[in-house]
Amino acid sequence: MRRVVAKGVVGLARILAGGNVRRVGFTPDDRQRIYFVNHTSHLDFVLVWAALPPRLRTMTRPVAARDYWDKPGLRRYLGVKVFNAVLVERKPTAGSPNAVDVLLDGLGEKHSLIIFPEGTRGDGATIAPFKSGLYRLGKARPDVDLIPSYINNVNRVLPKGEFVPVPMLASVSFGEPMHVGEGEDKNAFLDRARNAILELRQW
Amino acid sequence: MVNMIRDRQTLLLFAGILALLVVATLIGQIMRWRRRSDVVDNLNARIRAWWVMSAVFAISLLTGGLGSVILFGLLSFFALREFITLTPTRPADHSALFWVFFIILPLQYYLVATQWYGFFSVLIPVYAFLFIPSRIAISGDPNAFLERSSKIQWGLMVCVYCVSHVPALLMLEIPGYAGKNARLLFFLVVIVQLSDVLQYVWGKLLGKHKISPVISPSKTWEGFIGGTVSATLIGTALWRTTPFTMWQTMGMAFIITIMGFLGGLTMSAIKRDSGVKDWGSSIQGHGGVLDRIDSICFAGPIFFHLTRYFFT
Repeated sequence: MRRVVAKGVVGLARILAGGNVRRVGFTPDDRQRIYFVNHTSHLDFVLVWAALPPRLRTMTRPVAARDYWDKPGLRRYLGVKVFNAVLVERKPTAGSPNAVDVLLDGLGEKHSLIIFPEGTRGDGATIAPFKSGLYRLGKARPDVDLIPSYINNVNRVLPKGEFVPVPMLASVSFGEPMHVGEGEDKNAFLDRARNAILELRQW
Repeated sequence: MVNMIRDRQTLLLFAGILALLVVATLIGQIMRWRRRSDVVDNLNARIRAWWVMSAVFAISLLTGGLGSVILFGLLSFFALREFITLTPTRPADHSALFWVFFIILPLQYYLVATQWYGFFSVLIPVYAFLFIPSRIAISGDPNAFLERSSKIQWGLMVCVYCVSHVPALLMLEIPGYAGKNARLLFFLVVIVQLSDVLQYVWGKLLGKHKISPVISPSKTWEGFIGGTVSATLIGTALWRTTPFTMWQTMGMAFIITIMGFLGGLTMSAIKRDSGVKDWGSSIQGHGGVLDRIDSICFAGPIFFHLTRYFFT
């Protein structure tokens, strides 16, 4: 049942946004990956997820905000059951576990993650500075490839504050795998990662 | 709207298309065997896509009507999606766009399916025309207001209103032609597409003098004249399948090819303005859906109204 729903969601995403995928120095395979993506819309992770070969979708978990996706009904069913999302608190409280630990836990030994290092949705034109989580993940798991991914036009499919999507051709570009360099400073790495996404824009 | 077209004449038409595809495929393979190049690869990609497009069109016709309404409804949807993607809309247009895609478009094709001509002919030019700017005004963003509203209106006119006239041919009541209207649809689509292909072929063979180099570098006078004349002659040869006399058929075929040419040229001008070569990439070798149906957009409504005025 979940597979059927997942196929349906992918089909719906294709009808709305087309299936345009570009791979620039990236080959999809079974290795563990962290796809880090610019964030423009609630639909972003669905599009990135749909852009992966079906075999890899089941092992790839989007990281999503608990306050949006952990609502009873359709959202929780889709988020938790269909996409197997790793839910994180956007506004951590005293008792909540460390976000990076939650992500490392979600990654485990066989999963890949889709994360949005800007932390919040932008307007689609600019990309905000990255939060440090990506750096800490890269440090903690040097064996996992970090894949810069650029998503274009999805903010027009479902802009901030709208509830219904409209059809609009979007595209997802995957770039070359990267890692945190030996002794690389946090800000230097985050800049490099952000630039890797900016570079994908011209493709 | 049952159109029984599983008779001998229609089967002959399909057989003709099949023969054309076989010949084109053979020529493409021979060219590839003699000398491979990007042009030949693109040609073969186009031919492969033609097989699929012809099959889809044939199946939609064989359903006796409803299939073509659904097919052209989907084509409108994908064409409009390409058009709006290249149109600089703003977040305040979101709701108007939702109406355009999910209410107005399906309603237009519902009216085609139920053959409600009066409403079909005014839904978009009257009701949607007034609705779109009103809805955008309610959203309250005045930046480039007229430009945004008119571009959405234009997309709706070309991709939905114009295209919907093709399956609307099924609703025409032509004396002595009842139940055979699907052949008119076949006639229109085959001539428009053949004319496109023949203009391309003549242009590649003899093309020297460009018609409008800035707007469409591949359109030449030699291609235009060769394509128009040969497509008109092929159209005339089909006159027994139409409700027209031979000379009338020739006139209709000629007008269809001219309108098709103007459609292609106009849609190219919009593409140049947006700085793109193709509307999309969904049909291998051809570009987007709108690249394939741009000529039908212009030929469809004119053929519909000429037939409606003079023959019903």
